[in-house]
Amino acid sequence: MSRTLRIAAPLALTAILLIGWEVACRALHVSAFLLPPPSAVAEALVQNLPTLAAAAWRTLSTALIALVIASVIAQALALLVALSPLIERAVTPLASVVQVTPVVAIAPLVLIWAGLDHPGVALVVLAVLVAFFPIFSGAVAGLKAADPDLERLFDLYGATAWQRATRLKLPSAVPFLLEGHKVGAGLAIIGAVVAEFGAGSGGVNGLAWQILDAGNKVQTARMIAALGVLGAMGVVLHALLEWVQRAGLKWWRGR
Amino acid sequence: MAAAALRDVEVDYPRGRALGPVSLEVAEGEIVALVGPSGCGKSTALRLLAGLEAPTRGEVARAAGRGETAVVFQAPTLAPWLSARANAALPLELAGVAKGEAFARADAALARVGLKGAEGARPAQLSGGMAMRVSLARALVTGPRLLLLDEPFAALDEITRRALADDVLALWAETRPAIVFVTHNVEEAVYMASRVVVMTAGPGRIAADVAVNAPLPRPAQFRTTPVFRATAEQVSEHLARAMGGQVAA
Repeated sequence: MSRTLRIAAPLALTAILLIGWEVACRALHVSAFLLPPPSAVAEALVQNLPTLAAAAWRTLSTALIALVIASVIAQALALLVALSPLIERAVTPLASVVQVTPVVAIAPLVLIWAGLDHPGVALVVLAVLVAFFPIFSGAVAGLKAADPDLERLFDLYGATAWQRATRLKLPSAVPFLLEGHKVGAGLAIIGAVVAEFGAGSGGVNGLAWQILDAGNKVQTARMIAALGVLGAMGVVLHALLEWVQRAGLKWWRGR
Repeated sequence: MAAAALRDVEVDYPRGRALGPVSLEVAEGEIVALVGPSGCGKSTALRLLAGLEAPTRGEVARAAGRGETAVVFQAPTLAPWLSARANAALPLELAGVAKGEAFARADAALARVGLKGAEGARPAQLSGGMAMRVSLARALVTGPRLLLLDEPFAALDEITRRALADDVLALWAETRPAIVFVTHNVEEAVYMASRVVVMTAGPGRIAADVAVNAPLPRPAQFRTTPVFRATAEQVSEHLARAMGGQVAA
């Protein structure tokens, strides 16, 4: 498939869907508060653009701060786990509990702990909880992923534990760390949005709050516009992370 | 004195005995080929000689110390994040040799295996044969007295493996280390070795020890001589018997 076609195909499908939506809304006289046509959504988007952009930035910055914190904690913990099988036995089940507990279920508790006047802190904590696991499990797997024959070679030449860690284990883990951070970053966004929903009207004013607020006021077009911004943010972030991963692997492998 | 020896060695794994009892002496400067069916413990025997594995019973002796024993595995086993130079320098760096000196000696080792100019390349940029040469350079960089090769050319095409076999013989001629190599290929074993040891499976034992009566290193025409053919035939017969009537692969 040519590059042009690869880019054109999803754009064409989106255009067809939008046109179909517009035509159907007009032909069937669907009421605007149930399903506004794309033209109305576009209008709402333009009208509310400064608010939506500010809200998107708040959600994104929550996610990015959470990603950095999750990255530091997850990698430090993975290093400890790699050093001691006993710590691994102790930590792994707890890490799994964090992974399987839905963030909406923890949100009310974290909001109380953070203090109702610090909802921003609670959102970061919740997004950290979601982003933590893929980075942690990636790092743990990566630290064990060294080629067994290379391990034997390090045995043969009497490598010290420090040489083994810095010259074999850590470099071998790089592809796994890249993958873990890619997944973790995507989840941090989802975590931030879900946490905003959990926080409800809390004064953070991210994208989720825009959706909730518009919903309460039955401004369906504004709701869909906010959703569109959220989707666009996700797509851009995903593309960026894919690029970072590819570039990182290229640097690691030398091609 | 022997460069390395296994004395009444046995290795038991949880699922049963893998090897032994086996006794094998490798003299200084000798090239020994280990051939045998899959599961006959030839790779285990090699790991014992390298000191990478300990025998359940028996004794392993090695004249070469740490850093004087080198192993080349079936796959090149290079670190993908390091250049050919840094890969070849790894044994020296692990031994605490300063980076500048380690890299200079790595470059010299790479030149010896015909990789002058490829020092900065990453493993992903090298062909299978070139990656194997980097692996060989890494083994040679410490100037080993005992060189252990575990099916080093198995993944390569016929032309490349013949070229590498000649290279190994030429390198051997320079410093005359003792070499033990595992192979599936009878002709390769006879061409390269001063002695071919045939092993049998279940558990692994030595079935025959065939001397190749021609001086080392050998010219490429050695493959067409009556001595070569007779020895290859003899090894093949032992191998067929070791495999219990199965046709040698």
